[in-house]
Amino acid sequence: MRTKNVTFKSPWLPYLLVAPQLLITAVFFLWPASQAIYQSVLRQDAFGLRTEFVGLANFRRLFADPLYFDAFVTTVVFSALVTGISMLAALVLAIMADRVLRGALAYRTLLIWPYAVAPAVAGVLWWFLFNPTIGLVAYALDVLGYEWNHFVDGTDAMALIVIAAAWRQVSYNFLFFLAGLQAIPRSLIEAAAIDGAGPLRRFLTIQLPLLSPTVFFLMVVNVVYAFFETFGIVHATTRGGPGNDTVILVYKVWRDAFEGLNLGASAAQSVVLMVIVIALTAIQFRFIERRVEY
Amino acid sequence: MTLSKLMMAAALAGVALPANAQDRTEIQWWHAMGGALGEKVEAIAAGFNESQDAFQVVPVYKGNYTETMTAAIAAFRAGEQPHVVQVFEVGTATMMAAEGAVKPVHEMMAEADVAWNAEAYLPAVRSYYSTPAGELLSLPFNSSSPVMWYNKDLLDRVGADVPRTWDDVFAVADKLQADGHECAISFGWQSWTMIENYLAWHDQPIGTRENGFAGFDTELVFDEAEGLTALLQRIADSQEQGTFKYGGRRGDSLPLFTSGECAMWINSSAYYADMQQQAEFAFGQTMLPLDTETAEAPQNSIIGGATLWVLSGHEGEDYQGVAEFFNHMSSPEVQADWHQSTGYVPITTAAYELAREQGFYEENPGTDTAIRQLSLNEPTENSRGLRFGNFVQIRDVINEELEELWSGNKTAEEALSAAAERGNALLREFQSANQ
Repeated sequence: MRTKNVTFKSPWLPYLLVAPQLLITAVFFLWPASQAIYQSVLRQDAFGLRTEFVGLANFRRLFADPLYFDAFVTTVVFSALVTGISMLAALVLAIMADRVLRGALAYRTLLIWPYAVAPAVAGVLWWFLFNPTIGLVAYALDVLGYEWNHFVDGTDAMALIVIAAAWRQVSYNFLFFLAGLQAIPRSLIEAAAIDGAGPLRRFLTIQLPLLSPTVFFLMVVNVVYAFFETFGIVHATTRGGPGNDTVILVYKVWRDAFEGLNLGASAAQSVVLMVIVIALTAIQFRFIERRVEY
Repeated sequence: MTLSKLMMAAALAGVALPANAQDRTEIQWWHAMGGALGEKVEAIAAGFNESQDAFQVVPVYKGNYTETMTAAIAAFRAGEQPHVVQVFEVGTATMMAAEGAVKPVHEMMAEADVAWNAEAYLPAVRSYYSTPAGELLSLPFNSSSPVMWYNKDLLDRVGADVPRTWDDVFAVADKLQADGHECAISFGWQSWTMIENYLAWHDQPIGTRENGFAGFDTELVFDEAEGLTALLQRIADSQEQGTFKYGGRRGDSLPLFTSGECAMWINSSAYYADMQQQAEFAFGQTMLPLDTETAEAPQNSIIGGATLWVLSGHEGEDYQGVAEFFNHMSSPEVQADWHQSTGYVPITTAAYELAREQGFYEENPGTDTAIRQLSLNEPTENSRGLRFGNFVQIRDVINEELEELWSGNKTAEEALSAAAERGNALLREFQSANQ
């Protein structure tokens, strides 16, 4: 492969060009992250009138709390389900949309639509659909003989937040899968078809391997989404209940800070989350990316 | 805290100021009253602004109770706090502990040039927000109390009287079920209605040290109340026949009642407006059921709702304006109107009497249930209210543990003792952060 070396006349120009990005990173990532680390070693009352340095006490209390471990397990299950379901559904839809010749634009537009709905709004819609008393879906399930009540049944509650979270992500994944599929040269598929490979075979041996960079990329994005951006959905639907069955890590961070006004404990959790995501991304890029064919 | 500054700026920009605003001293009032209640709040502020020309009260809606309180605290940390903020009752301990951030109402009123009498407020309301010495810390504004709402049509259909005791409630359930109607009872805000108020109603302690009024070293003891444990177990067991149906935290279970699915519903009297809008049947409200195993007669219920806290750090003359505004707000006319349109209880004796003179209770039978409950007896140490730090979180803990009970994962005894244990850990945390 050929690499091209670009040189600038002024030594300052490259710095100037990356400066906006660096500034944004510093203001929106480095500064808040350092604040979180700083807060995590303090104990403060809500108003910030009394501050005490407590070292790692916030972390010790966190790791001694069995409910924190539960929240961790819940988050892993939740992320795996959301990532798996939303990617699988999106892939199936993308394959079908890829074959559609007439009205393709209309299908695509409709499938992308949910992505534009804010998570909190989506959460409220799901709340209404699945409300055990007045919800349409709950009513339909009742007709089918299943008594839906996510206020009491932890499995129902988990299903609710997984559906709500995955639903939105299907659109996003669909976009990437469709683009990925359309980038695969038709000649490859046609050649395979001439050789007698059926649609499934063509998909498994040609399309899927060529899609693997997309699959990998989406996996990272979806896991990060499930970890960090699903707060609104939990907040609007189950609020972590019943019991602690749907308390995910990011919801707990919010709850301890904004309902509990316990900034130290919440900051400690943010730091843990930060470490988890850094580790997750590192593992994914280090080990999984190597096996992906570009 | 750039965020809160931005929020402030956005909030200020959204409020149109009258032409003479610059001559007036502005009083910022952050509140959590949305919808119809918010309009009422605007009207109260406008009424005050018209009544004098030295001060301009600017009400700003900041979201729900939790959001409003968090916003005010963030603003305080950034030195941009409002003069007055509406804080819900469970935030009382947090606000109280913030010496230096808040200005106790009794102090501000004494310094200001207004005629004001703390005795005008109903004892059950006043005591919740006073120091053990009886000094009022924040101004009671919107107070409600849990009552039992009932579906009159359903009860009439099976020929049942309005229940007075928990045994009656279960007897009504039997009658309803004999008639083919499953769900008899549900409730919302379960920590408030089923634990805090159950215990006050039966004159039993929620925690040591006078329910936390006497000091931060308080401990929760609600798990030791045998009557409570037995009742909650009985309710959980009754799910099998469908007698009780759990409908979620806070007010999430409202549709269970308004759709006609459950015949009785225990929750705030402030749902009056919702009931009028949503219930397509005759409904009524009655006093909380008595548990005859635990007490022979009810004591008094405790309030929920919010009060107005004054934050420190403003000019001295501003507080004169706040004091005058508080005085206006407590006037019988303002209070009686607020009470009648919202279902919140009148917080002064004069307002209660005015509403009675105006014939409101005769026209709307049952609307005085909450106030009658609150003033049933002189409050005791157990029924004065509660003052626990981190109580917002403790309520979450109670919600979680009760849900374990409703799901059948725990017995009432296990759920309550786990709730008390986890709650006590939070109390200790609060104690060490505020010493």
